[in-house]
Amino acid sequence: MLRLIVRRLLQLVPTLLGLSVLLFLWLHRLPGGPASALLGERATEADRRQIEEALGLNDPVWVQYGRWMERLLQLDLGSSVRTGRPVWEEFTQRFPATVELALAAMLIAVVVGIPLGYFAARRRGTWLDVGAVSGSLIGICIPVFFLGFILRAVFAVNLGWLPSFGRQSTGIDATEITGFYVLDGLLTGEFDASWDAIEHLALPALALASIPLAVIVRITRASVLEVLGEDYVRTAESKGIARRVVRGRHVLRNALLPVVTTVGLLAGSLLSGAVLTESVFAFGGIGSFIRDAIDARDYPVLMGFILFIALLYVAINLLVDLAYSLIDPRVRVN
Amino acid sequence: MSTTTKSAKIDRLAELTARNETASGASLWVEAFRRLRRSKMALIGAAIMAVFVVLAIVGPWIAPYSPTAQTWRDEVFVNRGEFVGPRGDNWLGLDHLGRDLFSRLLVGTRQTLLVGVVSTVLAFVVGAVIGGVSGAALAFGGRVGRQIDTVLMRLIDMMLALPSLLLAVSIAAVLGQSLTTVMIAVGVAQIPIFARLLRGSMLAQAGADYVLAARSLGVRRRRIVLAHVLPNSLGPLIVQSTLALATAIIEAAALSYLGLGNPDASQPEWGVMLAQAQRFFDQEPMMAVYPALGIIITSLGFTLLGEAMREALDPRLRS
Amino acid sequence: MSLLDVDELTVAFAGRGGPDTRAVAGVSFAVDQGEVVGLVGESGCGKSVTSLALMGLLPKRGVTVGGRAVFDGTDLLSLRPSALRDLRGSQLAMIFQDPLSSLNPVVPIGIQVTEILTRHRGLRGAAARKEAAALLDRVGIPDPTRRLKEYPHQLSGGMRQRALIAMAVACAPRLLIADEPTTALDVTIQAQILELLKELVDQQGTALLMITHDLGVVAGLCDRVNVLYAGKVVEAAARRPLFADPAHPYAHGLLGSIPRLDAPRGDPLNPIRGSINDRIDWADGCAFAPRCDFYTLDCLQGTPELAGRAGPAGADDEADTGHRVRCVNPVTTTSEATEAAV
Repeated sequence: MLRLIVRRLLQLVPTLLGLSVLLFLWLHRLPGGPASALLGERATEADRRQIEEALGLNDPVWVQYGRWMERLLQLDLGSSVRTGRPVWEEFTQRFPATVELALAAMLIAVVVGIPLGYFAARRRGTWLDVGAVSGSLIGICIPVFFLGFILRAVFAVNLGWLPSFGRQSTGIDATEITGFYVLDGLLTGEFDASWDAIEHLALPALALASIPLAVIVRITRASVLEVLGEDYVRTAESKGIARRVVRGRHVLRNALLPVVTTVGLLAGSLLSGAVLTESVFAFGGIGSFIRDAIDARDYPVLMGFILFIALLYVAINLLVDLAYSLIDPRVRVN
Repeated sequence: MSTTTKSAKIDRLAELTARNETASGASLWVEAFRRLRRSKMALIGAAIMAVFVVLAIVGPWIAPYSPTAQTWRDEVFVNRGEFVGPRGDNWLGLDHLGRDLFSRLLVGTRQTLLVGVVSTVLAFVVGAVIGGVSGAALAFGGRVGRQIDTVLMRLIDMMLALPSLLLAVSIAAVLGQSLTTVMIAVGVAQIPIFARLLRGSMLAQAGADYVLAARSLGVRRRRIVLAHVLPNSLGPLIVQSTLALATAIIEAAALSYLGLGNPDASQPEWGVMLAQAQRFFDQEPMMAVYPALGIIITSLGFTLLGEAMREALDPRLRS
Repeated sequence: MSLLDVDELTVAFAGRGGPDTRAVAGVSFAVDQGEVVGLVGESGCGKSVTSLALMGLLPKRGVTVGGRAVFDGTDLLSLRPSALRDLRGSQLAMIFQDPLSSLNPVVPIGIQVTEILTRHRGLRGAAARKEAAALLDRVGIPDPTRRLKEYPHQLSGGMRQRALIAMAVACAPRLLIADEPTTALDVTIQAQILELLKELVDQQGTALLMITHDLGVVAGLCDRVNVLYAGKVVEAAARRPLFADPAHPYAHGLLGSIPRLDAPRGDPLNPIRGSINDRIDWADGCAFAPRCDFYTLDCLQGTPELAGRAGPAGADDEADTGHRVRCVNPVTTTSEATEAAV
């Protein structure tokens, strides 16, 4: 087990290193450049040069990369050109919001998606199945941000059931401990704060959940259908054991293996979806921040973010691999 | 035994046997196509796709008005929230600059399709080259081949480590805003899928018995790869391109929304139209709904067709 | 009365957009208490489908099952699912062809054995584990306590089949159906498994329905044999008469196609020509006609009856041999001579 982890981590080093070089080179070639973005269009050539000098943008590329890499290892991602604050600080401050949102979305996708996919497979060809399959196909085809706008317009603006933006109502006086507002409310006993945070989470999480939900429904359905035709399910049936045991121990336990892998792969689409959803709901997480960084051509932020995401994505997939080896004995031994 | 009874005997038997004949001899592709034609999903998907393609071709000619002329500029007041909805002259109303929405939607079909097709072709070609070289090298190239495969797959891993939309964002950010950039960004982001798919399916083919047979007969490796393994491995890629077209259209819209789309917003394209209309969503939601519906229905059509094709080609589902 | 009486069993699969396929077209046979009965035929003749129909393991969607299968006084085919569930595993058990795919890959062997003990014998916890170990020991798996914790992929093919057999005999069923239990195994293992089956069946007084395409298995194991072709029994006989004097041209061909060590070296092998796909509908005549050496136009006058056959040339009465054949022109020493003369 430990060896597996170490081996996987070592494999990551060249990937991440290569990625950092590519990213640096790509982003370095950004047209316009941060200086003009920062100064606006009326800046003089002298102003621009001064800014570029101050940011070290006139040094050779490899010097800039070396400098960046050196600081990177000290978790110093540089400072945002736009806000002037350290990128790392900006991220860690906004990170809990995005994680909270992504977890909520994944929770919705898993809790709704797995049972739906399972029952769709069991009742293949019925209205439930047809509904689940067409629903998930449509879910994949709706642009996430558009779904966000629709949800906001209907449930927040027209019906007024839920707040339309932000993470917290202005009147709420909440103590912040972890930055996860729902959790903080529970920890401090300020349940109204938790509830308020959940209300704010509901719409963006729903919008963000659409794609993972659709994917999980389809994967679960396909996987259950395949397992239902397996010989070992027939063997289990031939033993006369209770239907509940056949379904739980023999069908689901096998059918969920590919679903676990999928959940890991979806982490990536959740992160990019967060960039889109958060800006619709002005959620104030990393997503909204990146949206603004794109507008401002804020390289340090973009570069840091992409590296950060890559690291996170890779870490999540490592975790999924490990989880997989725990639940599938065939992988465990190899 | 006389010859007449003998032939009568055989005829009668042949007739009865033929009645029991099933379509077991049909080739993989013929059978897949037969099943595709029976699939409701495929029919709906193909119909949507056909309408979309026809509109993309004839759209600019049948549009009632110019898509760029701000003819009714004086009737729309954005700051006062006054928009013009559907009416006799303008079937879907006007956009925020007083242009005819219906015409813009119709004309925009072409550019939307163009973005989808160009980026998918890019992803297909580059992905197939990387995946094909990698798969062939690993399966037939010995130790050097394994190393080539490792290097190429590391490259693909790097691309996979980024969610495809973010990959597209970073490319678009580097190359600057233009329509070409959108195509490249969306296309490049899909390269890894194609590469992995072809490599995987080539490896599966390379392990098949007919390849072993060909090798034992002394057929040259290059010929085995080009004449047998490659053609037999392309099925999943063709399916994937249909699905990728749908993804490309959606991702292009997302790039536009993030402000990385075609900077020349006067040229109608659904993603750009949707992104622009988004700003006025609370006052005039329908302006966003039309292009969004276009995107959803079109990508649904491609997805339906792709899924139906995948099912038709799946050997496990063959009876 | 027999333990199992199968009467005109039919199984049809709904065709996808085409006509239905009749996999089993009216099969009748019986299995007595403690008897070993063979169901023989080439792949595609409907023998596996027959066994799955008896166990109620065919998918419900798109499958129509007809006829009767009376087991110990109750018709298995019309039994409520829950009642059938009570019978399966306790009174009726089954062993499958491919031991690897027939075992759940992510559940330890031990649990797969104990779950049946819990269900039908009410054993739980340590008691169930002890009994499971005893069962594994009985089917010849060494070090059973350790094996209980292992997963199917950690066992060899023969061990896996032994584990499946342990599950099948766990509740001393009255009827055991074995669907080609040795086809997926090495030849050396095959004999061991057959030996084990025979031993267990003898000990427990279990009747065995042996489904196979391997006449060697039949010769070594079965008391009575039913030969299946295209979903119908074409010949039924005790083991000896069948081997000594096969009457149906198909059975005759099957026996004739076995290579013999005592044949002169230059002698050609005698395969049955064509494949099971070259057939006609039973309603039109004998399904085997297209492949038959003895075929005449009489073969196309509707379905031939499964009729008692005259004893071997010279013997006088047909009443008690139980040898029955579905053929208008059954093979006899004379007809063979005639054919040779033509």
